[in-house]
Amino acid sequence: MSDKEFNYYISGETGKWEVVIGLEVHAQVSSNAKLFSSSSTKFGSEPNSQVSLIDAAMPGMLPVINKFCVEQAVRTGLGLKAKINLLSVFDRKNYFYADLPQGYQISQFKHPIVGEGEVILDMPYGTKKIGIERLHLEQDAGKSLHDQDPTKTFIDLNRSGVALMEIVSKPDLRSPEEVAEYIKKLRSIMRYLGTCDGNMEEGSLRADVNVSVRKIGSKEFGTRCEIKNVNSIKFMQQAIQYEAKRQVELLEDGKKIDQETRLFDTKNNETRQMRSKEDAHDYRYFPDPDLPPLKFEQTFVDQIKKKLPELPDDKKERLIKDYKLSNYEAGVLISDKDTSDYFEDVAKNSDVKLAINWVIGDLFAALNKIGKSIKESPISSKNLSKLIQLIKNNTISGRIAKEVFELMINDNRDPKVIVEEKGLVQESNVDELEKIIEKVLKDNSEKVAEYKSGKDKLFGFFVGSVIKESKGKANPALVNDILKKKLS
Amino acid sequence: MSINKDTIKKISKLARISVTNEETDRLEKDLNSILKFVEQLKKLNTDKITPIASVSDQLLTMSEDEVKKINEKKEILQNAPDKNTNYYIVPKVIE
Amino acid sequence: MTDLAKLTLVESIKHIKEKKCSASELVGAYIKRIEKSDKLNCFNTKDLENAHSKAKKIDTNQKLDKTLVGAPIAVKDLFCTKGVKTTASSKILSNFIPTYESTVTEKLWNEDAILIGKLNSDEFAMGSSNETSNFGNVLNPYRLNNQNLVPGGSSGGCASAVAADLTSATIGTDTGGSIRQPAAFTGIVGLKPTYGRCSRWGIVAFASSLDQAGPMTKDVKDAALMLDVISGYDEKDSTSAKKPKSSFLNSIKSNVKGLKVGIPKEYRVDNMPKEVDDLWKEGIKILKDNGAIIKDISLPHTKYALPTYYIIAPAEASSNLARYDGVKYGFRAEGKDLTEMYENTRSKGFGTEVKRRIMIGTYVLSSGYYDAYYLKAQKVRNLIKIDFDNAYKNVDVILTPTTPTPAFKFGENVDDPIAMYLNDIFTVTANLAGLPAISLPIKYNKDGLPLALQLFGKSFDEQTLLNTAYFIEQQVNFKSQVKDWWMS
Ligand SMILES: [Mg+2]
Ligand SMILES: [Zn+2]
Repeated sequence: MSDKEFNYYISGETGKWEVVIGLEVHAQVSSNAKLFSSSSTKFGSEPNSQVSLIDAAMPGMLPVINKFCVEQAVRTGLGLKAKINLLSVFDRKNYFYADLPQGYQISQFKHPIVGEGEVILDMPYGTKKIGIERLHLEQDAGKSLHDQDPTKTFIDLNRSGVALMEIVSKPDLRSPEEVAEYIKKLRSIMRYLGTCDGNMEEGSLRADVNVSVRKIGSKEFGTRCEIKNVNSIKFMQQAIQYEAKRQVELLEDGKKIDQETRLFDTKNNETRQMRSKEDAHDYRYFPDPDLPPLKFEQTFVDQIKKKLPELPDDKKERLIKDYKLSNYEAGVLISDKDTSDYFEDVAKNSDVKLAINWVIGDLFAALNKIGKSIKESPISSKNLSKLIQLIKNNTISGRIAKEVFELMINDNRDPKVIVEEKGLVQESNVDELEKIIEKVLKDNSEKVAEYKSGKDKLFGFFVGSVIKESKGKANPALVNDILKKKLS
Repeated sequence: MSINKDTIKKISKLARISVTNEETDRLEKDLNSILKFVEQLKKLNTDKITPIASVSDQLLTMSEDEVKKINEKKEILQNAPDKNTNYYIVPKVIE
Repeated sequence: MTDLAKLTLVESIKHIKEKKCSASELVGAYIKRIEKSDKLNCFNTKDLENAHSKAKKIDTNQKLDKTLVGAPIAVKDLFCTKGVKTTASSKILSNFIPTYESTVTEKLWNEDAILIGKLNSDEFAMGSSNETSNFGNVLNPYRLNNQNLVPGGSSGGCASAVAADLTSATIGTDTGGSIRQPAAFTGIVGLKPTYGRCSRWGIVAFASSLDQAGPMTKDVKDAALMLDVISGYDEKDSTSAKKPKSSFLNSIKSNVKGLKVGIPKEYRVDNMPKEVDDLWKEGIKILKDNGAIIKDISLPHTKYALPTYYIIAPAEASSNLARYDGVKYGFRAEGKDLTEMYENTRSKGFGTEVKRRIMIGTYVLSSGYYDAYYLKAQKVRNLIKIDFDNAYKNVDVILTPTTPTPAFKFGENVDDPIAMYLNDIFTVTANLAGLPAISLPIKYNKDGLPLALQLFGKSFDEQTLLNTAYFIEQQVNFKSQVKDWWMS
């Protein structure tokens, strides 16, 4: 079987099982203020320092919706090629929890702001379309701290009321790899749009993972379990692997799957049941009487559409067309907006082929080594572009360029300045080169004799020695030409 | 439809209101009489009627994305039955 | 010397502006009565010292130009008042001190009215006799053969306080008749404005789609003045209406010539006492004799209004009251874990009627019952609204009695929730349809108890309502017969 074919199946005693996965992604809207109040959403502030009277559910407090959050939901919807609903309704989802001060979460149930859309994944076995069921706006809850005191729980309401977009996929995902690609693609789309920073460490992006299994070829879905609030791609993948295996084992033992909510225990790498059937929730959704329906005109959507930036899929197509990049190269570049922007900036005034190699080769490696993102790159796109120009116009050799690059990593200086300062300009003067070559041939007369008697392989040795003699500055192409003449 | 003691238990759980057996008896009687009263609505055919959540024809007004007054933590925690300088405190949550 | 506490609000302010008395003298006159009126149990909290010092401050002002200058005003204990205990007459909020001021009370104080205290009511405004208050019954200043009577509810403390001259005017809240029914029982004027006319921000919520604050006053002009002050758009309340308004008081006209008055046949209910039927006929006669056009109309879904109300109001209440959980404020009963703390707190913190309504509301929203009850009620609500829309094609106002009976004795209806609910039979339709309605005292029955008529107006047409009420008021010349029997 080729590795380019989809092959994620669970092998059980009775045969192969397919894993069916749907995600409910919670993405924090990158707003300054909360969804229904004007307190700050800043991460990492002192506990309970970003809590308004509304967020603390004081008696008589009323929600007023943040326009920016509505716009970002629409933008994201457009980015998912989804249907935008001109009329949507906010509902209350009623349940008691210590970090839910109102006793209900304001969410959208029957009428979400965004309807069906899609996300395209680039998998090794081809592109795959993942359906989006809906996107709705809702409030985040606060935070419960269970480990500060043996008998008490502490409550911090800083996150209470922060705007979330819940993006619900169709059950179209079939493997942990697809889930990873899906999350990355979704995050990339939202980063292009600027609607969510996608920062998983800070909780701006997390997902409820719905997993079920079925025999290969079966058309019906199995009973699913929902793994709540997983906050890294790695954990999502581990949770799916564990959960799928657990379900297969149960089914093969002739047991049934209970539809239930589970959590992923990152320490033991397993999923566990969260609450018993008995206190299963009954959320008693109903339209929030404090909020009239959210209605807007098509012109509101059109205006947002007009200001939409280029999105990853379009950009990829353009990169392939304009720069003649391979599908792989374009895919790597567009996975992150900063990377593709950087590339285009470098390629603009230099050379496409060199630019792509330097960006996804040397620069990626260097950044990886120092643990920095492309946005924090110590080498600006302008200076990398200059470096490539120096190669292109034969001022320096590729080998010298690597040296200069290393220096630039430390201080991001203009490569021209470095080259001049260190006297690294490539030697392209034929007379000078001939002098060096003659010296090298004289010093290695036995090797010259060997070469002439047929040991062709020695040619490389001569080139190397000449470049070494020139302290790396010799123009390798010219050296080649001259050497060939001299040795013939 | 009528409510029995099990339903009362279930509702009281959902509403987070504990009820004694005596209260359950009383509630069973009262809630059933209220339900019987409101079930008059069943006589009415409403198949083609749009449900309304509110009578106002207001459009939802929206606010700008501005961080306004930041409340003093002290102010927010002031009325809490149990707190320390940073947090609300509740009995341990048992899942 | 005039008894200052007997003056209407309009007269009091005129006195102060013309320097016939000082704010301190006016406030002093009320305080003197308040101090001797504990037997009525109108006040949950008195704020007399602050009232005194604010009056003194006003007396030092150069200009006495504010609309309510020096008027001593107590408000229902559902309005959050900064630094002054706000309890909603419930144990669960018995120690709550807001750090903020409700929009409508803020408007009063901005016009130099003086807070003198917080008035008793049914717990969370749930009741029609003020018997569900955690702080005891309020007595009606009118008695039946020396036997105490209920003041009506839920704004019972407000009604008795105005009738007994313990406040120069007040504001109550009306969810199903809670301003108009107690106004009728105590011989004062009570106005429920159009839904959205006054901001709900800072008012302890009962049923958000029905709640509306409004004036309770000694006469119609006072009601117009109070409405002038408390009404208006509030960006903090998403259901608040952006409607232009001029001064209701300055525009008041005493003329009913050509006014089209609807008389709905469905309000002639079984077992209606003859005295109420006669009262209604008298009202019709007054209007007819003075040039109004009387039209028989039909509001066919009237009999479904109460059942509809007793689904919608408890449903919203069950969610609105979820925030009272012993975490952020108010009463807490301990428990071994969080859930037990919730259950104990809410079980001990809420009274019987409130718990009953939370339970009913929880039930009608719960899975499997939502469509049969809540959704059904929303549809019938629309039918009721359509009834009024149709009626108002032909009439300007609608005249009915306010209540089916005058004030009753304590304990008369407490064992039968349905009997108690029937008190609201004529008033709830205005809340369901969001319309303005006013209750106006007309005469005394043979036992010396006040009887009242109610006028419904078109949406945001409080002016016609006030004009008509003002005209009738002048014709009937109703005078207070309160005898101060409770004073020692
Ligand atoms: Mg979920
Ligand atoms: Zn969600």
